[in-house]
Amino acid sequence: MIPSSFDYVKASTVDEAVAALTAAGEDAKVLGGGQSLLPVLRLRLNSPSVLVDVSEVDEMRQVTDEGSALLVGAAVTTYEVMHHDLVTAHVPLLAQTAALVADPAIRHRGTFGGSCTHADPSGDMPTVARVLDAEFVVAGPGGRRTVPAADFFVDFFTTAVGPDEVLVAVRLPKMGGWGSHYEKFHRTAQAWAIVGVAAAVRVEGGTIAEARVALTNMGATPIRAASVEAALTGGPATAEAIAAAAESAADGTSPTSDTHADAEFRRHLARVLTKRAVTKAAGL
Amino acid sequence: MTHIGVTVDGTHRHADVEPRLLLVHWLREDLGLVGTPIGCDTSNCGACTVLVDGRSVKSCSVLAVQVDGKEVTTIQGLTVEDGEWHPVQKAFKECHGLQCGYCTPGMVLASVDLLSENPDPTEEEIRQGLEGNLCRCTGYHNIVKAVATAAAEMRGGTS
Repeated sequence: MIPSSFDYVKASTVDEAVAALTAAGEDAKVLGGGQSLLPVLRLRLNSPSVLVDVSEVDEMRQVTDEGSALLVGAAVTTYEVMHHDLVTAHVPLLAQTAALVADPAIRHRGTFGGSCTHADPSGDMPTVARVLDAEFVVAGPGGRRTVPAADFFVDFFTTAVGPDEVLVAVRLPKMGGWGSHYEKFHRTAQAWAIVGVAAAVRVEGGTIAEARVALTNMGATPIRAASVEAALTGGPATAEAIAAAAESAADGTSPTSDTHADAEFRRHLARVLTKRAVTKAAGL
Repeated sequence: MTHIGVTVDGTHRHADVEPRLLLVHWLREDLGLVGTPIGCDTSNCGACTVLVDGRSVKSCSVLAVQVDGKEVTTIQGLTVEDGEWHPVQKAFKECHGLQCGYCTPGMVLASVDLLSENPDPTEEEIRQGLEGNLCRCTGYHNIVKAVATAAAEMRGGTS
């Protein structure tokens, strides 16, 4: 189908984008690569009056080394995330997960920031942001603010970014000393995660000193598997201990039932994929 | 209307387009380049794949205004100057890498993109590289064979 009519504004700076959004009121949408937005427009699930294109805003196209963290611009494409030297060196979990998003043609256009702001519960990138306690830099008419990942994802397809705001970049801590892995289960022909699990662990002398686990599509937003993290932390980095900890992966989750999987199967997948993801993250 | 300037298959084109115009509709309906088919129209099947600045994209999921200033290559621009086919096109013919042919333009362009990045892919890498392109005839075996054949031909040609 053909999208309904809209005005198109190509922003060259973040300020221009915010000004265009403010002028348009609540009826504007930010356009990055368009790989989530254009299908929505074509199906006429949404009919914004203005699209503000931020795909070539220079500041949003950069990956910056901030010392202990990387600042990844929201308009950096999934493909660029996969291959960027700073990302592969310092946040390999992000690069590994990016390679599992959709397919090559969509990765060439889709953006990291777009995936986060679209906030599809089956999206992979939000879970990586959540497991790493990323910070989201959001610009609006009143200036810039930083939103922690725990507060950024609000509900199905809903984030803390207001209608007159733009996600500029995401700050991800460097993962030196950590092992990590993203494991997902999906249909072959469609890459949306039925369930996904992001795991990061820091092993010291055979003991898991720190553990982080987050789940994709086990609720409206990416969620941390707090009971798995607690069970792993301080325990031995062994297959048995990880398998035991993974048993609580679905505790407190509220997965949906849909055509791909019912809720009980999703809970099963959460346990199995958590075991696999943590095992690989621990290097076993 | 928004003004765009785009190089399509080597020819520079200028146009005033509605912002909502999809790239695939601009190619097919305004420029008459009907070698790029529309398959699923939901960014799933990859039949409409073209190259933008050398990288594969699904032209049903890109606005014409988003390729302003860029270079677009369709299946009709892949043929080299004297009318000779691209090695990937030849290999698809020789290996019978098509049945009904509807997915073929997208398959060929996705393969060209894949081989530009990975000149010597394994069978698994070919299948992964073409994961965004669906063949409803399920003729994947010969498609994979065609890409491997083209890769060998292209490596031989450049050494």
